[in-house]
Amino acid sequence: MRLATHVRDWLDERFGWDELTHFLRKKTVPVHRYSYWYFLGGMTLFLFLVQVLTGILLLLYYRPTANEAFESVQYVMTRVPFGWLIRSVHSWAANLMILFAFAHMFSVLFLRAYRKPRELTWVSGMVLLLLAMGFGFSGYLLPWNTLAFFATKVGTDIVRQVPVVGHWLMIFLRGGEEVTGATLSRFFGLHVAVLPGITTMLLLVHLLLVQRFGISVPPGEEAAWRARPPEKREMPFFPNFLLRELMAWYVALGVLGALAALAPWELGTKADAFAPAPAGIKPEWYFLWMFQTLKLIPAKLGPLDGEMVGVLAFGVAGLLWLLLPFFDRGDGRNARWIAGAGVFALVYMASMSVYGYLAP
Amino acid sequence: MNAPGVDISQPPLPLRRRLVELLLGGGLLASAASFLYPILRYIVPPPSADLGGDTVVAGKVGDLKPNSGRIFRFGSKPGLLVFTADREYRALSATCTHLDCTVQYRDDLHQVWCACHNGIYDLNGRNVSGPPPRPLESYEVHVQGDEIVVTRRQKA
Repeated sequence: MRLATHVRDWLDERFGWDELTHFLRKKTVPVHRYSYWYFLGGMTLFLFLVQVLTGILLLLYYRPTANEAFESVQYVMTRVPFGWLIRSVHSWAANLMILFAFAHMFSVLFLRAYRKPRELTWVSGMVLLLLAMGFGFSGYLLPWNTLAFFATKVGTDIVRQVPVVGHWLMIFLRGGEEVTGATLSRFFGLHVAVLPGITTMLLLVHLLLVQRFGISVPPGEEAAWRARPPEKREMPFFPNFLLRELMAWYVALGVLGALAALAPWELGTKADAFAPAPAGIKPEWYFLWMFQTLKLIPAKLGPLDGEMVGVLAFGVAGLLWLLLPFFDRGDGRNARWIAGAGVFALVYMASMSVYGYLAP
Repeated sequence: MNAPGVDISQPPLPLRRRLVELLLGGGLLASAASFLYPILRYIVPPPSADLGGDTVVAGKVGDLKPNSGRIFRFGSKPGLLVFTADREYRALSATCTHLDCTVQYRDDLHQVWCACHNGIYDLNGRNVSGPPPRPLESYEVHVQGDEIVVTRRQKA
C-alpha cells in the first residue's frame, strides 16, 4: 500500500490527480424503486468491452478473404485452443449487447431520462444503437457462410430501395454489383476499423454527457422528493454503485461463458454464390421485425414500389425517433404521447418479431 | 466505513472475518485465473504440421552451372544447394544462424553469404566471419538418376 500511495502522490503532483478524480467522488446515483434500470447502460458498455477484447483475439487468426475466411473461422472453432469459446462469446455478447442497448433505450424513454437538458445524450445514444446494428450487420458476413452470404445479399438489396441514391449506396456497400470477396473486404474494414473508431468517440461523448448532466431522476420520484425532501436518497457512485455494477458484470461474464459452453455458435456451410438460398432463411432477430414488415407490404402501392415505401417509412420513423426528446415540451400531454409511442413501438417490434419467427 | 487494515489502532479482525475475506478473495482470484487461462492458451497457436519430411528432391542434374547456388524448399524452410567450381554438390540449411535471414551463394567469394549482417560461411556451413554464432546445418546430397536428393543427416 505504501507503493500505491507513492504512485498516487507522484501523479497528483504532476496531473492534479485529486482534481481529475474529483468528479468520481462527488458523483451520486439516485436511489428509488426504479434504480435497477440504471444498470442497463453499464451492462451494454461491459458487453461492448467484451466485444473489443474477443474481437481483437479473433483478429489473430481470422483472414478476411473469400477463399480463406470460412476456413480460418473453422480453424478457430476446431483447432485453436479455446477458439470455440472466444468466437462463441463474441457472437453471444454481440446479441446480448444489442438486446441491452434496446432495453436501455426503452428504459430511458419510459423513465423520461431524455428530457432537457439530456436531449443530446439521447441522440448520441440512438446513433450508438444504429452503430451497434451496423456492427451486427457487418460482422455477420465475416465467417462467409451460406446464411451470412444471403443475409448480406438481402440486406444490401434493401438499401437499393432508397430513392435516388439507393443503387449507388448498394454498390458502395457491396464493392460492386454483386456480393463477392470485395464485399467481405469492405465489411471487414467497416467492422474492425471504421465502426470501432466512430463508436469509441461517440461512446466517450455519450459518457461525458451522462457525467456532465448527472443521472436523471424519473419525474414521479423527483416530484415526491421535492414535496418531502427527507425522502431524497442517493448513493455514491464510487465505490458503492460501481461495486454493484461490477458484480452484475461478473455475473454477465459467467452467463456468457455458460452460453458459449452450452450453445457454441454454429458455423454452417461455406458460402457458394451459385447455390440456391436455403429454405426458411431469416435475418438476425433484431432485424426480423423490419424484415417481416417489408414482407407484409404489397409489391405495388399505387404507382410506387412497396419495398421503397417501406424503406422510406423506416427512415422517417427512425429520424423521428432520433429527435424524440425535442417533441417533449415538458407538459404532461407531450409526455403521454411519447410514452404511448414507446409502448406502440415496443409492442409492434415484439409482435412482428414473434410473427416473423413463426411465419414460414 | 473504513477499509479494513488501514487503521492500525483498530483491534485485529476476528478469525471468522479473515476466513470470509480469504474465501472471497481466493474465489475472485480463481475465477480471474479461469478467465485468463483460456485467453493465454488461445494466443498460442496450435503447432503446424511440418510438411516435407527428411528427404527432398532439390533439383535436376544440369539445372545448376558450376560455381552457383540456388534455394530449394526443405519442408517449410529454405535450403541452399551449391554446385561448386569443382563440380561437387553441397546442401546446407539456408537460414542464417545469426538472425534468421536467408543466405545465398556468392560466386565471387566461393562462399555462402548472408546479406543482412555480412555473415560468411564456408561450403561446409562453418561460420567463417561476421556475426553468425553457429555453423549452418549441412545435409547429405545424393544424385539418383538425374535427380539431386537432399537428406537430413541422421543424428548419431
